[in-house]
Amino acid sequence: MDMMKKIPVREQDPKVRTTNFEEVCLGYNEEEAVLESTRCLNCKKPLCVEGCPVSINIPGFIAKVKEKDFKGAYDVISLSSSLPAVCGRVCPQERQCESKCIRGLKGEAISIGKLERFVADRAFEEGFKPTVNAAPNGKKVAVIGSGPSGLSCAGDLAKLGYDVTIFEALHEFGGVLVYGIPEFRLPKERVVKKEIENVKALGVKFENNVIIGKTVTLDELIEKEGFDAVFIGSGAGLPKFMGIPGENANGVFSANEYLTRSNLMKAFKEDSTTPIMVGKKTAVVGGGNVAMDAARTALRLGSDVHIIYRRSEAELPARAEEVHHAKEEGIIFDMLTNPVEILSDENGYVNGIRCIKMELGEPDASGRRSPVEIPGSEFVIDVDVVIMALGTSPNPLISSTTKGLETNKRKCIVAVEETGKTTKEGVYAGGDAVTGAATVILAMGAGRAGAKGIHEYLSNK
Amino acid sequence: MYKIKKATQLTDNIFEYVVEAKRCAKSAKPGQFVIVRTGENSERIPLTISDYDPIAGTVTIVVQVIGASTYEMQSLKTGDYFHDFVGPLGKATDLMDEPVEELKKKKIVFVAGGLGTAPVYPQVKYLHSIGVDCDVIVGAKTKDLIIMEDEMKAVATNLYITTDDGSYGRSGMVTKVLEDLYAEGKTYDHCVTIGPMIMMKFVCLLTKKLGIHTVVSMNPLMVDGTGMCGACRLTVGGEVKFACVDGPEFDGHLVNFDEAMKRQALYKTKEGKAYLEAKEGDTHKGNCEQGGNN
Ligand SMILES: Cc1cc2nc3c(=O)[nH]c(=O)nc-3n(C[C@H](O)[C@H](O)[C@H](O)COP(=O)(O)OP(=O)(O)OC[C@H]3O[C@@H](n4cnc5c(N)ncnc54)[C@H](O)[C@@H]3O)c2cc1C
Ligand SMILES: Cc1cc2nc3c(=O)[nH]c(=O)nc-3n(C[C@H](O)[C@H](O)[C@H](O)COP(=O)(O)OP(=O)(O)OC[C@H]3O[C@@H](n4cnc5c(N)ncnc54)[C@H](O)[C@@H]3O)c2cc1C
Ligand code: SF4
Ligand code: SF4
Ligand code: FES
Repeated sequence: MDMMKKIPVREQDPKVRTTNFEEVCLGYNEEEAVLESTRCLNCKKPLCVEGCPVSINIPGFIAKVKEKDFKGAYDVISLSSSLPAVCGRVCPQERQCESKCIRGLKGEAISIGKLERFVADRAFEEGFKPTVNAAPNGKKVAVIGSGPSGLSCAGDLAKLGYDVTIFEALHEFGGVLVYGIPEFRLPKERVVKKEIENVKALGVKFENNVIIGKTVTLDELIEKEGFDAVFIGSGAGLPKFMGIPGENANGVFSANEYLTRSNLMKAFKEDSTTPIMVGKKTAVVGGGNVAMDAARTALRLGSDVHIIYRRSEAELPARAEEVHHAKEEGIIFDMLTNPVEILSDENGYVNGIRCIKMELGEPDASGRRSPVEIPGSEFVIDVDVVIMALGTSPNPLISSTTKGLETNKRKCIVAVEETGKTTKEGVYAGGDAVTGAATVILAMGAGRAGAKGIHEYLSNK
Repeated sequence: MYKIKKATQLTDNIFEYVVEAKRCAKSAKPGQFVIVRTGENSERIPLTISDYDPIAGTVTIVVQVIGASTYEMQSLKTGDYFHDFVGPLGKATDLMDEPVEELKKKKIVFVAGGLGTAPVYPQVKYLHSIGVDCDVIVGAKTKDLIIMEDEMKAVATNLYITTDDGSYGRSGMVTKVLEDLYAEGKTYDHCVTIGPMIMMKFVCLLTKKLGIHTVVSMNPLMVDGTGMCGACRLTVGGEVKFACVDGPEFDGHLVNFDEAMKRQALYKTKEGKAYLEAKEGDTHKGNCEQGGNN
C-alpha cells in the first residue's frame, strides 16, 4: 500500500452509469475503510477539524474505524453532525476538511468524506440509533422546512425533550435532498428516507402539504396553535433566470424544475406520469453543483449535454468530484462562454442558443477574475433544451407574511449566526434561508445552532 | 390523506369533490387554487378553489377530465381520499382588497367559459354576500356542459347562459353575449374572465375595445405552485411573472396569450398519449391532441 495515496473508491463504470440512475460512487467496504484509516496520522493539532464547518472530531472517529469500533466512530461523528450519510457524500471535502489534512502536503489527503460515509452507512445497516434521554418538557416548537437545517434543528430539540412539529410545503420531506440532488449522488430510499426516519424515531411530528405564509401563517402558529418558538429552515428555492431574449420558449427550464420533475416526481422512471422533456442536445448554463446535477440528469435521460459557463474551469464552483464525474460521463464543457439569446422555431420550441466568448479580466470584489465579452465572437450551438442553473434565492412567502421579521436586500432572513435568533422574538432561522444558497453541512450546522438558541431562550423564559 | 366528503358527477367528464382539508379551508379566499395528488405516485395537479367552508373544514374543487391525471381522479368516490392536497395557493382576487363602497360603484361582469364557471362561483358568491351586484355570462359548447347553473343563479344579479350550438340559453360564444348586452344598452367597467386561454384572449380583445378593465385567471403548467420551479412563467406587460405566486389573476390586457398558449402545449402529445393509454390500454399508438381547458 502506498501511504501517500488514497485507497481508491469503487465507482460504477462511466459507460454503464450514464444509462442508469444508480449511485455512482459505491463507497468503501470494511476492509478498504480500515486500510484508509491507517493512513491517518492522528495529529495532535488536527488541521482537518478546522476545515470542517461543524468541527467533527475527525482523528477521533477515524481512530475508532481503525479499531473496527464502528458504533464508537458513529457516536463520535454524531456529537457534531446529524446527517453524516449525506455530508459524507455531498460535502465539498476538497475545499473543507480534506483541504487542510496534513497528509495532503506531500501526498493525497485522507478520504475523510468517504470514511464518514462508510461509518454512517454501517450505522444504517446495523440500526445504530442516536439516543434520547430527556423527558418531555412540555414545550412546543415549530420547524418550517424539512431540509438539512430543519431536520437537524428538530432532531436536537427532540433530544432535549421538546415537542417538535416539522411543517413542509411539499408532499415529500427532505428539502433539496429529495427534490434537488439526484438519486445517482444521494439515494433517496437508502439514505435520505433513513435520515428522516431517524428524526421521526426521536418523536418529531411531520406535517406535509403545509405552506407557512399560505396555509397558515407563522404568527398563527405562535398565537393560535400554541408554539413557544419557531425555527425557519425554508431554504433558498427561487430560481433565477438570465433575462435574455427567448427565455420563455418551450424547452427552457430552470434547473429546479428539471431536477424536481426527475427527482421528486420520478420522471426518470418509466411508470411516472410526470413528463420531462428530453432533448437531443441540452445546454446547461452555470457551473455549480446544480448545473452538474442537471447536466448529468439530462445525460442519463438520453441527451447530449453541453455545460456553458462564463468563467474558466478553475472557477467552477461545483465539487471537484462532480466535475470529474461529469467529464468521465462525456459531458462537454464550453468554458468562457455566455449565452446572449435563445432561439426558437415558429411553434415556440427551442432550436438553438446564441453565445458569446469571454475572456478573464481584472479580479472583482470576490477576488475572482471577472469575465468580459470578446466583441464579435458570437456563435450558435444547436440545442433543443436549455436548463438555467444560475443560482437561487430565498422565497419571500414567509418573510412577507410575518410581522417583524427582517430580511436583507438579498431577501435573506436576518439572523445571528451563533444562535439563529432573528429580529422577531421566539423566531429563529438558519440554512439557505439566512445565507442564500450554500451547502448541506452549513445548513445542518445552522439548524443545530438554532436548536441551541431556542433551548437557551425557552429555558430562560 | 384528505377525505372526500362528497363526490358528484356534474357532466359526462366534469366532477366535483368536497374535500376535508381543515387548514386550507380556514385560509382559502376566492381566486386561489390548490394542488392535488390522487395517489402516491400521481402528478401534482393545480385546481381552482370553487367553494370553501371554514367551519366544516372543507374545500370544493371541480375537475374536468382532460388527461392522464384528471382521468385517474374521476374514479374517486365519496369516502375515498386524495393522497395530497395543498393550499390555498396564489393570491386572492383583487376584489377582496376593495372596500364595499368602491365595489358598489362598479358595474361588474364575470365571463366564464366551460369549466371556468367553477372558479368564478366563489367570487360571485363573495360579492353577493357583501351586497354587491354583478352580472354573469356563462358559456359552453353545448347544453350538457353547463355546470352549477342553480348555484350561480342564486348569487348572480343577472345570469346569461349561452351555448355555442344554441342547444340551451342564448346562442353563440360568450363574446357575442357581451357584445349583445352592450347593443342592448348595458355597460360595464370591470370584467373577470376565466376559461380556456383562447377564450380569455378573445374576451380581452373585445373588452379592450369596449374599454372594460379585465382580469383573467391564468392556468399554465405548474409543478410546485410555490415559486420554486418557474414552469408557470408568463409574460405580463413585458415582465416575466410566475402565475403561482404573482397570480393566478392578472390584468388581461397585459398578458401575452400567444406565448402562454404555446407554453401550455409543451407536453401535449406525450401527455395526450398517456391519457389514452390509461383509458384504452396499450393499444393506442397514434398522436392525439387533447383540448386544453381551464
Ligand atoms: C441541485 C442541488 C445540488 C446541490 N449539491 C450540493 C452538494 O453537493 N453539496 C452540498 O453541500 N450542498 C449542495 N447543495 C446545496 C444544499 O442542498 C443546500 O444548501 C441545503 O439543502 C440547504 O438546506 P436548508 O435546510 O437550508 O434548505 P432546503 O434543503 O432548501 O429545505 C428547505 C425546505 O423548506 C421547505 N419550505 C420552503 N418554504 C416553506 C414554507 N413557506 N412552508 C413550509 N415549508 C417550506 C421547502 O419545500 C424545503 O423542503 C445543492 C443544492 C441543489 C439545489
Ligand atoms: C391555477 C390553475 C387552476 C386550475 N383550475 C382548474 C380547475 O378548477 N378545474 C380543472 O379541471 N382544471 C383546472 N386547471 C387545469 C388542470 O390543472 C389541468 O387540466 C390538469 O393539470 C391536466 O392534467 P392531466 O394530467 O389530466 O392532463 P395532461 O395529460 O397533463 O394534459 C392533457 C392536455 O391538457 C393540457 N393541459 C395540461 N395542463 C393544463 C393546464 N394547467 N391548463 C390547461 N390545459 C392543460 C395539456 O397540454 C394537454 O393537452 C387549473 C390549472 C391551473 C394552473
Ligand atoms: S462534515 Fe463534511 S467537512 Fe466535516 S468532516 Fe464530514 S465531509 Fe468533512
Ligand atoms: S489532518 Fe489528516 S492525518 Fe491529521 S488527523 Fe486529520 S485526517 Fe488525520
Ligand atoms: S409552479 Fe413552480 S414556480 Fe409556479
